[in-house]
Parts: sequence; structure tokens; C-alpha cells
Amino acid sequence: MSNETLLSVKNLEVTFNTPKGDVHAVRGVSFDLGRERLGIVGESGSGKSQTGRAILGLTAANGKITADQLQFHDVDLANLSPKQWRKVRGARISMIMQDPKYSLNPVMTIGDQIIEAYREHHKVGAKEARRRALEMLEAVKIRDPERVFNAYPHEASGGMGQRVMIAMMLIPDPELIIADEPTSALDVTVQLQVMAILDDLVRDRGMALIFISHDLQLVSSFCDRVLVMYQGHVVEELRASELHNAKHPYTKGLLNCLPKMDGDHSDLPILEREASWAEG
Amino acid sequence: MNTQTHISKPGLKNWLTSDTPQSRFQAQCGRTWLGWIKFTENKLAMVGLSIVIGLILVTIFAPILAPYDPLAADLTNRIQPPGAEHWFGTDQLGRDILSRLIYGAQYTLLIVGLVAITAAPLGLLVGTAAGFFGGWVDAVLMRITDIFLAFPKLILALAFVSALGPGIENAILAIAITAWPPYARIARAETITVRKADYIEAARLQGTSNLGLIIGHITPMCMSSLVVRVTLDMAGMILIAAGLGFLGLGAQPPMPEWGAMVSDGRQFLLEQWWVATVPGLAIFVVSLGFNLLGDGLRDVLDPRGGD
Amino acid sequence: MSAVTRNNRNGRKRARFTSGPTGTVLRLVFSLAITFFGLLLVTFLIGRVLPIDPVLAAVGDRAPQEVYDRVREEMGLNLPLWQQFFIYISNVLQGNFGQSVLTANPVLEDIKRVFPATLELATLATIIGVSLGIPAGVFAAVHKGKWPDHLVRIIGLAGYSMPIFWLGLMGLLIFYMKLDWVAGPGRLDSFYLDFIEPTTGLMLVDTLIEGDTDLFWNAVSHIILPASILAYFSLAYIARMTRSFMLEQLSQEYILTARVKGISETRIIWRHALGNVMVPLVTVIALSYANLLEGSVLTEIIFAWPGLGLYITNSLLNADMNAVLGGTVVVGAVFIGVNMLSDVLYRLLDPRARR
Repeated sequence: MSNETLLSVKNLEVTFNTPKGDVHAVRGVSFDLGRERLGIVGESGSGKSQTGRAILGLTAANGKITADQLQFHDVDLANLSPKQWRKVRGARISMIMQDPKYSLNPVMTIGDQIIEAYREHHKVGAKEARRRALEMLEAVKIRDPERVFNAYPHEASGGMGQRVMIAMMLIPDPELIIADEPTSALDVTVQLQVMAILDDLVRDRGMALIFISHDLQLVSSFCDRVLVMYQGHVVEELRASELHNAKHPYTKGLLNCLPKMDGDHSDLPILEREASWAEG
Repeated sequence: MNTQTHISKPGLKNWLTSDTPQSRFQAQCGRTWLGWIKFTENKLAMVGLSIVIGLILVTIFAPILAPYDPLAADLTNRIQPPGAEHWFGTDQLGRDILSRLIYGAQYTLLIVGLVAITAAPLGLLVGTAAGFFGGWVDAVLMRITDIFLAFPKLILALAFVSALGPGIENAILAIAITAWPPYARIARAETITVRKADYIEAARLQGTSNLGLIIGHITPMCMSSLVVRVTLDMAGMILIAAGLGFLGLGAQPPMPEWGAMVSDGRQFLLEQWWVATVPGLAIFVVSLGFNLLGDGLRDVLDPRGGD
Repeated sequence: MSAVTRNNRNGRKRARFTSGPTGTVLRLVFSLAITFFGLLLVTFLIGRVLPIDPVLAAVGDRAPQEVYDRVREEMGLNLPLWQQFFIYISNVLQGNFGQSVLTANPVLEDIKRVFPATLELATLATIIGVSLGIPAGVFAAVHKGKWPDHLVRIIGLAGYSMPIFWLGLMGLLIFYMKLDWVAGPGRLDSFYLDFIEPTTGLMLVDTLIEGDTDLFWNAVSHIILPASILAYFSLAYIARMTRSFMLEQLSQEYILTARVKGISETRIIWRHALGNVMVPLVTVIALSYANLLEGSVLTEIIFAWPGLGLYITNSLLNADMNAVLGGTVVVGAVFIGVNMLSDVLYRLLDPRARR
């Protein structure tokens, strides 16, 4: 891990304009990210996914992003033209989406989709791109890359689809990967497998990772640092190794929700909430 | 951010928008009211509604509105251009085109109305029966529906009219025969989504007969999508009816049917263009009215089917 | 639900068959056969309820009773209805629709002669409609709620509301009579008619085969107006459906994926979204093509276009029932065929439906 700051977010706000009034999805989130693996944890609606999307400038059309600072290396993410964005997306920051069943184009072959991601940012011939794509499929531990290359997304299982997703998002060699609930659509049995593949590749290539999940346990085992979000606010930030020292009652609550093998089986505590946490 | 505070006070509007309706009737009225509000926001739909209401009013008040007798020929006044005396001119027999248009509205409304009240219930009956009973009833009824759908509508209507003989009654019958299959499809689809619902089962346990279930509990669920589709189809019915009239297979002379009037004007197209143009415009405007109204209704009643 | 027959404005996606390819083919063929059988049953019944007595039409009303009875028996009208129906089916399957009273030719021969004219008109109209309708629909979807969207919507609604025969007349009035930009009714100027030998029956193709550019441009100036008028209706339908399918696809997750990859908006719209839209759109295009064959009935009358529509209407007005029913069966069969073709294309285009 280096001390160099890759991404600096200060006071990020994401607001959606809906017929029922403004919805504040993200309220004043700030964090710095080095070449490390940062976890963002929260329930659905906590603003964790919207934080990830805002970094890529992919907030839905009715949403507005404001921030005091949104700096990625030398690039000011707050003021990019569509053309400049295209040089950042995929090439420098990429995102792994939740469910390969919906996030892969159903009428394009897997190979074409991976090649497209690569050739968008690297001027190479079709042959070279194909070789790279097959290599990448191998890197995500797909046994028969040729066959998968020519297959359509519906022909791949969930676990395989997500490995394809990882291959596609990593092939242009970005510096930062945002993984938005990358395993929650998968069978429990393949979740860890896919996570391990992602983890290995991110380590090997020295990428930074933002891992967004509702699963505090999973996040803490793959990340260096954890942000806990509640209703758009960051309520606590702590090192993954010091999870047991969590101070905020919400974090504690999340931790206590997990049944322990050696613990008291009689009753699981109910997650407590207080309105004051959301005022931060 | 500005917050609006509703001060609770008695009144029709509050009764309609109440969060806690006291009766089914009030809830129903409230829903209709909200739908109406949404509908009125759609300007094009309001234009459509005005056109359709206008058509109905013209139909009712035709004798008062029409300046001349639509059938009275005046051979000394043949094919007059539009002017103060005859706003839309006169046709080849010297009849006032405006008066013929006004009376023609009656035929248009008659055709559309009769087709709707015959084809829609027929489609509803076939569709709900197919969806409700399933199995071979479904297979047979839907196969028949598909066969009718396989025909091009106008050609089928032409073949029917040629078999039954020209005339407005036969034109209506022919259009109704070609119009029902889509309604059966819609009703079947809606029925299938609700037939397994708990409230149907509950009604069945209370001893409601199959017929009672279909009429009392399933049919109402099909109504909104059906109304939308029928309204949209009315434009098409008007066009087919006008087409039959144009071919001389619909309303017979001297009835002032709009399609037939366009056909009359064909012979003088170059010099007396208004004879054919004006009734064609009337068909266009009325049919557009039904399309706009149907589009607006769909946005309110059937958000799923909208684009 | 039948795979063959759909007539849905919303271009609903079909339920996908899960069984193997043989099952699918069998089901298609079965569906096709049943629908065609139904088509024949309906035309047969229409022929039977006819108030015009076919015997009388054949022998004339002065014929003595014995002649009438003999002809009636010869025509098979004494047989039970079901036997008559089977005779009718076997005749139709052999291409025998009987004799046209009007032209004194076998109906099938007449239809073979007039069909290419309709085909040419409907095909050109579909080509125009597709090449303008798809971009218009995409444009409207991408600018949803802005003026391009409203413009496409208004053009579409007007198309749905316009009586085609009236639009044809107005077209003739303005572009032929007043402006003289295009040629008038018919497929060629009558002066040229003797110069052309029908090879394919498609005037644009035949004139090119003969290498006569004068004739070709004359044919173009004749067909362009009726084809454009038909195309307008096809355009209205295709643009509306394209818009609605595009909106659905643009909100899908894989579009976001493509954006994450840094793909250009142009490529996202035309390659990713439209690639998916083409699957249901093929059905819509096929349907609009079949509808144009029907829409050409009224257009052909306005433009004196010697096609199937004009043939059917002329026969109809002369109570030439064999010709009317023959024409109806042919149009119905083309309808069924086009629908099936769209089904096959759908399978080819959608990787999820092919095996």
C-alpha cells in the first residue's frame, strides 16, 4: 500500500429530482483512497451504490452530483466533458456490476464484449485483441476460453458470467475498480471463488479497489479499510482489522446481526436505528 | 425547498383526496379524481377528448347546426366553391357540404359505437372464458381468435360485405367481425394474471358460480386495458368504415357518409378540390381525436402498456 | 399461443419455446396448417352465405329449369356442405380457384399476373418506411420528452389517423396535378406500355433488365408517389414501435455496463441498444409489410395500379366471387407466410431463442 492519494472525495452529495420531491441519496460523503482496498458497507438505500456511480459520473439523468472535491490523480472528475469522461471510464476507473444476467448485452457474444472494452482504449488489431481477450478469460480461471469467447451471455452460468464481467472490466488495465455488490446475485458456493479471483487480479495488477456490499463480514475479509454508510452519511470509518473496536452503534448493530457459531443461539438482536445518526 | 401544508377543511376536493376514505365509493371516486387530474395534464389527450365530445354534440344537434338539408339537391348550385353562403361549397348535386358533414358525423358515431358495443363484449366473453377455464376451451377459442387475426382486416371486411351485400348495417357487422380478436387476447391475458388470485378463490369458497366469478370479479379487471384498446381501435374502425364507404360498399347514396363523400369528390379533384378534401379532413380530425384520447387514457389507466 | 399469428400494435415479445428444434418446427408447421385451414373455412363459408346464386351467374336467368338443375349438379352444389368444403380445399391446394367471370381466365392466372405489381409497391414502401422509421424512432427515444420526440409522435399519430385513400388523392392533387413533380396513375405512361416485356413482373427490375433507362425513370416517377404514401403508414408504425423498444432497452443494465467501459454514446445507441431492439422489431417490420399488402387495396384504386387490390375490388364490384375469394385466400396466405417468416427471423436474430 502506498501513501499516494489516488482519489479524493470531499463532501459528495447526490440528489435525485423525483415527482415526490428531492431525494438526497448521498449527503456529504468524504474519503481519500490510496492504492488500497476500501470497503463501503450499508443497507440498501444507504447511498453506497450511488457513491460508486457518482465517481464514474453515471448518476441517472434526474440526479445531480455536487462535491467540494472529486479528484482522481490529476483529473477533476467534477468538470469533465463527455469526451473526457470516456477517456476515464474503462481505461482508468472501471466498475463491476451486480448481476451478469442483466449487465451483459444479450445479443453480443462474450468475446465481442470483452474485445470492445479493450479496443476502446487500446489501438490494436482484431487478432491481437482476440488474443488478449482469451488471455484475460484464462486469467479469470475460465477453463475453456475459446468456447466461452464465442458464447452468448445466456449460455454462461452466474459465476461464469461474473468472471466474464471481471475480465471485461479489468482488460483495459484501470487503476481503480469499483465492485458494486459483485457477488450478491451469485450462489453462495461460488461467491467466495469469484471474490478470490477478483482479489488476486487486483493485487497482482496493483489496482485500487472500492468494494461496495451489504455484507460487513465479507468486506472486512477482503478490504483494508471500511466505510459504514447509513442514509447517505458515512457514520464510521475504520480499519478492517479493528472491526471489533467499532464505536458507532449502527456498526455494532451490523456486526451483531451475524450469528456466531459459538455464541448464544437463542435470539438475534434487532438492528437499532436512531434518527440522529442520519444528521451527521 | 418549499413545503406545502394542507390545512384540513371540509369540501369536495378534500373528500376526494382523503388518505382515509370512509367507503369504497369514496375510494373509487378518489381514484377517478386522481386519474382525471393526470389526464388533464396531458394537453394532447384533452384535445382528443374535445374532438370526441365535439363529434357527439354535432351528432346530437345536427338538425339545429346544419344550415341546409343534407339531401336536398339544387342543380342550379352545383359544385360551388366555399363562400359565405356555403362555407365548404357544394357538391355535384348542389348539396351543401357543411350540412352533409354535420349529418355525416351521425354515421361515423353510429358505426364506431355499434362496433364497439358488439365487438368488445364478444372479445371479452371469448377471452375471459379462455383464460378462466384454460385447457381445451382455451386452446380452441384462442385458435379461432388466431385464425381471425391471420386475416388482413380490410380484406376480410371486404369479403364479408361482398357476401352480405353493400350497406351500412353489413359494413358495421363486417367491421365488428374483424375487430373482436385483439380484445379476446387482451381479456385472456388479464384473466390469466388474476384467475389464481386469492380473492377469486375466496369468492369461490363463498359459493360464487363460475359465471358469477367471471362477470363479477374477472371482467372488471379487464376493463381498463380493454377501454384503452377499444378507444385506440376506434380510429382504425373509422378508417375502415370510411374505406368501405369510399369503395361504395358502406353507406349507400344519398347518405352523407364521409368516405363516400370523398369518393364523390374524386371526379372533380383538379378543379373543385374541396369536394374531396373537406370530408377527408373530417375523417382525419375525428380519427386523430380518438387516437389522442386513447393515448391519454392509456397513460392513466394502463401504464404498463404505454410506451 | 400461436407462433404464426400475431397482430399486436405493441409487438409483444413471444413466449419462447423450451422444447428442442424439432418440437418447434413441428409446432410451427401445425400452427401454420391450422391457420390456413381456418382461412379456407372462412372463405368457404363466405362463399356459401352469398346471396348471389353462382348457378344463375353461370347460366343466366333465362335458362330453363333442367339446364339450371344440371349445372347446379355439375358445380357440386347438391352435395352436403362438408363434401363441398373438401372439394374446395383440394381445389385450392391444387391452385384451382375457379374461373373469373370478369376476365374469363382462371383466377390463379389473373393473380399471378397482378401480384408482382402489388409486391413491388409494398416492398418499395417498406424499404422507405424502414429506412426512415427506425432512425426517427431512435431519435425520438434518445431525445425523449423533447421536440424531436414530440415531432415523431405527431407524425406517427397523424399516420394512424389519416384515411389512406384521401392522402392518396391529396398526393395526386398536389404532386401530380398542381406541381407536376411525379407521373400520374398507372405503372408507366401509356405510351411506353407496349415496350416492356414482363420478365419478373416488377417494373423497376424489368426496365433495368432491358437496360432502358428512360423506361426505368418513367416507372420510378409512377411508383414513387403511391409508394411514399404507403411508406408513410409503415413509417408511422415502425417509428412508434422503435421508440418504445428503444426506451425499454436504454434503461437496461447492460447499457450502463457499456457506459462504464467508456463506449461512445453513438455506439451505445446504434450497436448495443438497437442491436437488441432489432429482435422484436423484425416482427414489427414483417407485420407492417403484410399490412401494406392490405393497405395497397385502397392505394391501388386511387393510383389505378394494376395489382391485387385493384383486382379484388374490381371483382367485388362485379360480384365475381371466385376472384374475390381467390384473392382473399392469397392475401391471407401471404399474411400467414410473412408472419411465419418473421418468427423464423426472430429465432435467428435472438441468440436466446436459437439452439
